[in-house]
Amino acid sequence: MSGAKSGAAALRSGFGSTRDLLPRWAWILIFLALALLFPYLVPEILSGGSGDDLLDASVNTLGYVIMALGLNIVVGFAGLLDLGYVAFYAFGAFVVGWLGSGQFEGVNLDFITDVPSTLPGIHVNFVVIVIVAAAFTGIWGVILGAPTLRLRGDYLAIVTLAFGEIVPRVFENWEYVSNGRQGITPIDRVYFPGVGELNYPIELEGIYYVGLAMVLITLFVNIRMRDSRLGRAWIAVREDEVAAAAMGVNLVRTKLWAYAVGAAFGGFAGAFLGAYRNTVNVDQFEFGFSVFILCMIIVGGMGNVAGVILGAIALSMLDRFVLPQLNDIPDKIGLEFDLTAVNFGIFGFFLLVMMVLRPEGFIPSTRRRLELHSGDEVGDVAADRSAEVAPGEALYEARH
Amino acid sequence: MSADGNGTLLEASHVTKTFGGLVAVNDVSFTVPRGAIVSIIGPNGAGKTTFFNMLTGLYKPTTGQVSFEGRNITGKPPHEITHAGIARTFQNIKLFRTMTAVENVQVGMQSRLKSGVVASILHWPTQRREEKMTIDKARELLDFVGLRRHYELSASLPYGDQRRLEIARALGSDPKLLLLDEPTAGMNAQESEELRGLMETLRVERGVSVLLIEHDMRVVMNVSDHITVLDYGEKIAEGKPEEVRTDKRVIEAYLGSQA
Repeated sequence: MSGAKSGAAALRSGFGSTRDLLPRWAWILIFLALALLFPYLVPEILSGGSGDDLLDASVNTLGYVIMALGLNIVVGFAGLLDLGYVAFYAFGAFVVGWLGSGQFEGVNLDFITDVPSTLPGIHVNFVVIVIVAAAFTGIWGVILGAPTLRLRGDYLAIVTLAFGEIVPRVFENWEYVSNGRQGITPIDRVYFPGVGELNYPIELEGIYYVGLAMVLITLFVNIRMRDSRLGRAWIAVREDEVAAAAMGVNLVRTKLWAYAVGAAFGGFAGAFLGAYRNTVNVDQFEFGFSVFILCMIIVGGMGNVAGVILGAIALSMLDRFVLPQLNDIPDKIGLEFDLTAVNFGIFGFFLLVMMVLRPEGFIPSTRRRLELHSGDEVGDVAADRSAEVAPGEALYEARH
Repeated sequence: MSADGNGTLLEASHVTKTFGGLVAVNDVSFTVPRGAIVSIIGPNGAGKTTFFNMLTGLYKPTTGQVSFEGRNITGKPPHEITHAGIARTFQNIKLFRTMTAVENVQVGMQSRLKSGVVASILHWPTQRREEKMTIDKARELLDFVGLRRHYELSASLPYGDQRRLEIARALGSDPKLLLLDEPTAGMNAQESEELRGLMETLRVERGVSVLLIEHDMRVVMNVSDHITVLDYGEKIAEGKPEEVRTDKRVIEAYLGSQA
């Protein structure tokens, strides 16, 4: 028992003390350099097929990071539990399906693409598409958010869950816009004037940098909004809605902005993933996906931008790279199933372990940690920690 | 010290609030003159906080009307009432626990800020100036109420400081009328005395009128220009402190009938 407890304490303190080794800007530079050099480091680490798999998983991960950051605005900052985030993924993906494929045969519209003008359908440049996708999805965030404004907690979660089911089902049955169960395929490849059409899925470097640029834009907007008047209003609403209203926070506007911005990033990422995967298909928009993104936030540290990114990378890489690589292990030891088939069981197990050892996530926000540890546990945590962590932090824990 | 001649700041006329069959506040009329310190007293459960909640928009009156500076604010949402110039504190402290003292006061300024979302993302000069202004002003208000630990999380502040922070946060919205709901609850005699001084300063230096719910009779009798007494949701007496002190019905309400 005491062993488990000190293990948990070590896990709790581990990240905090490592973080203090270097100043903030140094960490940012290191991670940025790693992200930029990553495609060239991969072949050095892994050769042949698994190197390509790793890069493919990374491109998907970039999309998931954007979605996790978007959902974090709704759930982590504003405290609105949204279980239907997959709906916004669907909206974004369908926008790229509509504006970058031959879906609408009756129309022939081209805008800054190198698609032959004889091909039917709408073919708009990818940059325009992601902007339209973000705006369109943001508006849908407001439309779906508006009916839920008076709801809190469990009730809000159930209504958003329903929206997450309704939206994909509508797309599935409205064949004119979605092509039904076949889905929309192929999607135009991402094209930039001067660069030409990106050559994925054969060479993944180009699309990786597109995704990375989109992550950086998301991150920038996310941090700026968090530290603004609106960001403070989000946290105030999360903390105490009544007090926030009495202090002059417009609850309706504040919550709708959270839904709009959160949804817009979902659409932003949805358009990217739709283009990268070359297909938009309703099978991609399952309830499990909403939970998957939510898990990234919980595991990483709800409300903390760095934590959410780490959580998204960890879970997405596990899903897209680690499990497929280890897929035949059960078979080798005589069990007849694939590891990827039980991926949700594995995520569930990790989530459980996290909740026991470190419920606030890998890198918790100071705010969240306070919420989770303001009860009975504080005494022994403080005692456990005082010996091994930076004095500043121990003092903080012990004080409240 | 008199509050004559400046006109009426807040007026509640025939305000009633019922919850199902329970009449929490019954036909109460009441005014706060500009520049005055006015108190509402009464035994526990007399409907004082319910009355406060109606003035600040948290409850909508069942019947009756509330007007502020001549404008009807009955049933308006809380943020609009705050914008109009009424701010409040809460009896059971309702700070944003995981925000620092400065951030709490910054939230209090919310209704006076203009920066939009795009300006915040792009850090336009007007937005940067406004942010800096809010921090300076927040720290000035914290100094004003006597709170020195500006960058501490509000949850880790001592009790008395949390009460002070509630007042500073309410002042963030530049109110014309400040509603204090039992601000000295849990304070010792010296802290209560400091708070009394603070209310006087607010009125004299900043022109803020104060509406006070308070149980500490020493504070009430010393500071108030005018006192209204509620019992079982009804107004049973009002007047200057010395009048209320000797009113038979008030003594009955507090001590029980001697008949």
